[in-house]
Amino acid sequence: MTELVSVRPEIVGRGAQDGARLFREWFQGMTDVATDGGRAAYVFVMGSLSEVLRVFDYPMVFPEIHSLQTAVRRTSLEYLNQAEDVGFSPDICGYVKADIALQLRHGEHPMGRIPPPRLAVLTNACNTYIKWAEIWERMYQIPIFTLDIPGTRKAGGQTWPGNGDFENDKRYVAGQLQELIAICQEQTGQRFDIDRLRQVMADTNTMVRGWRRVLELNASRPGVFNALTDGTIYLGVSNAFRGTAAGARYFTELVEEMEYKAAHGIGTIPDEKHRLIFVGVPCYPIFRRFNELFTEWGGIFVSSTYLWFASGGTNLGFEYDLSRPLDSLAEGVLISVRHAMDSMFYQDRALVEMVERFQIDGVVYHPIKSCRTTSAGLADNRRAFMQATDIPSLFIESDMMDPRVVSEAQMKNRIDAFFEGLNARRLQRAAG
Amino acid sequence: MAYAAGVDVGSTQTKAVLLNEQRQIVARALIDTGANVVSAAENAFFQALGNGGVQEEEVAYVVGTGYGRYRVTFGNTQVTEISCHGRGAVHMFPASHTVLDMGGQDTKAIRVHPTGEILDFCMNDKCAAGTGRFLGAAAAALEIPLDELGATALRAERPVKISTTCTVFAESEVLSWLGKGKKVEDILLGVHQSIASRSIGLLRRVGIEPELTFTGGVAKNVGMIRVLNDALGFTMNVSDDSIFMGAIGAALFALDHVVSSRVPAASREAEA
Repeated sequence: MTELVSVRPEIVGRGAQDGARLFREWFQGMTDVATDGGRAAYVFVMGSLSEVLRVFDYPMVFPEIHSLQTAVRRTSLEYLNQAEDVGFSPDICGYVKADIALQLRHGEHPMGRIPPPRLAVLTNACNTYIKWAEIWERMYQIPIFTLDIPGTRKAGGQTWPGNGDFENDKRYVAGQLQELIAICQEQTGQRFDIDRLRQVMADTNTMVRGWRRVLELNASRPGVFNALTDGTIYLGVSNAFRGTAAGARYFTELVEEMEYKAAHGIGTIPDEKHRLIFVGVPCYPIFRRFNELFTEWGGIFVSSTYLWFASGGTNLGFEYDLSRPLDSLAEGVLISVRHAMDSMFYQDRALVEMVERFQIDGVVYHPIKSCRTTSAGLADNRRAFMQATDIPSLFIESDMMDPRVVSEAQMKNRIDAFFEGLNARRLQRAAG
Repeated sequence: MAYAAGVDVGSTQTKAVLLNEQRQIVARALIDTGANVVSAAENAFFQALGNGGVQEEEVAYVVGTGYGRYRVTFGNTQVTEISCHGRGAVHMFPASHTVLDMGGQDTKAIRVHPTGEILDFCMNDKCAAGTGRFLGAAAAALEIPLDELGATALRAERPVKISTTCTVFAESEVLSWLGKGKKVEDILLGVHQSIASRSIGLLRRVGIEPELTFTGGVAKNVGMIRVLNDALGFTMNVSDDSIFMGAIGAALFALDHVVSSRVPAASREAEA
C-alpha cells in the first residue's frame, strides 16, 4: 500500500487543498466585487438556481456559507451579539443573525468583504430563507424571487417524469423560472442566452456526476474521505462553483483522487474502527474538535445527510438533458430541491438502505438549537431508524453557530459513552 | 488477592469502591468533591483503602468515572459514568433494563442490555432542572437539610405545582409559595413531583422498560423514590449502595482488565 501511495503522492489530499484554495479565491472575488462597489445575487444552497444566474454574470453570495465561516473562524459570537443587540432573538437562526451583523458592518468578514445584495433568490426548502430575504428587501429595497417547489406529499410518495402530478409540478416550476429570467433580463439589461445556459448546465452535469460518484466511493473500506470535514470542503465547492468550468474540473479530479484512494485502500485515519453516518448540520464553532471527538475513538463519518440537503439534493445525481435545457432545468430543480427537503425530513429510509452497503456501525444525530428546519424531526426520524435496524445511534445537541450552547465537555461525555457502547457490543458479538 | 477500584468523581460527591476478584464490595468511601478534584479523587481512594484494610499495591487496576474522571491521576483508564451506572445497575439488579441516575448536576436515563451494554441514553442538557441541584436550591430556600427533604415531602397533603423549569428560578418560586402561606411539606412535594416529571420525560426518550433501577445520590431520597414509583406505576429497584453505583460499575470495568490481563498468561502456560 505504501509503495502505491508513493507512486502518486500528489493526488492524495488534493481535493481538500484545491477546495481550500478555490474558497480563498472565491472570497477574494467577493472582496473585489465589494471593493469596486458592486453587488451580488444572494442565493441559498438548497436551490441556488446558479444555472440561470450565471447566464447573466451575477456574482453570487451564499449567506449560509459566509455565516458559517464566521463560526469556523471563531468570530460568530461577536456577529450574533451584534444582531441580538439590535433586537434579534437568541432563538433565531444563527446564520441569519451573523448575516444581519455582517450587513450592519458593510460586509466585513474574517475572509474578506461581502458585497451587498442586488437580487435575492430563494426557495421554500427552508422557511427561514423567506423571512431572511425579506430582511434584505427592507434593508436594500431589492427584488426577491421565491421559487416555490412542490415538496413530497408523503414519505416515499415522490412522483417522477411521466407521472401526471410530476408533470404538473414541473410546469409550475418552469413557469417560475421564466419569471426569474425576466427579472434578470430587466435588472441586468442582458438578453437571455440559451447556449450559455447549456454550457453552464453541462458543467453542472459534470459536477453532479462527480459528486454522486465521490459520495458512493465512501462505501469503500477504509472510507476515502471524512464526510464531516473533507466532505464539507467538497460541498462548499459544489455550491459556490456550481455551473463553472473550475467546478467541473475540480470534481473530475476529485473523482480521480477518490477512485485512486479506494483502489489502493487509503483511508483518512490510521485505524478505522467505527463507520458512522452524521445526520444534521455540523457544529461549526468547534468544527475540527467535534470531529476529533470521534476520530480519537477510530470513528469516521462515511456519510452525512448534510452533504445531501446542503448540496441542494445534487447527491441524487440528476443530470440535465441539454437538448431541452429549460424544460430539463425545471425538472432538475424540482427533483433535486425536493430531494434536499426529503433528506432533511425523511432521511430514515435512506439511512436504513445504507447500513449494509456502507457497513455502518452507528448513526450520530446532531439537532441544533437555532435550526428548526433541520432539527425538529430528528428525534422522530431516529426512532424510526432504530425500529428498522439494530444499529446504535447517538443524539447530541448543540448549534451550528452559537458557541454559548456548545459544551465540548458535555458532548465528549456522550460521545465517549457512545463509543464505549459500540466497543462493548463488538466484544460481546466477537465472544458469541 | 488482587483488588479493583472504581473512583467516581461527581459534581457534588466523590465515591470510591474496592472490589475483590469475586466481585464483592470490600470497601466504600464517600466524600464531598469540593474545589480540588484531584485531591477529592485521591482522598476517596485512600479512604476506601483504609476502610477495607487494603494496601495500595494490592489494587491492580483503577478506573475513574464521573465528570472528574480525567482528574483521577492515579487511575489506569477512564470510563464514562453513563457506562458505569449501567454496568453497576445490571450487576446489582441483573434484570435491569432501564436505569435512572439522578446526580448533583445531571440526570441520566439509560437503557441497558442484560450484559450491561448501553443501548441508549439521554441526559439533561444545558440545564440543571430535574437534577439534585434543583432539590438543593429548594432545600436552601426552605432551610431544610438535604437528607430530610424526602421525609418532609411525604408529609404533604396538598402539593403545590412548581411550574418553573429553571433551577435558579425555582428558588424564587419556592419563596413565592411560602409568601402565599403554603406549607413547607406541600411545596417540597411539589418540587419532588416537578423533578420526577422531568426525569420521566428523559426516561420516555429511551423507553421505560421494567425492571428500572434508580441510582445516584438522589436515590437516597425516600420522597423521590415514592414520587417516581407513583408516577411510573411500578416499584423501582433501589439499592443501599445506589450512590456508589457509578463507582461500582467503574470497579467492575477495572476488574475486567485484571481478569483479561491474566488470560494471555494462562493461555501461554496451557500451551507450554
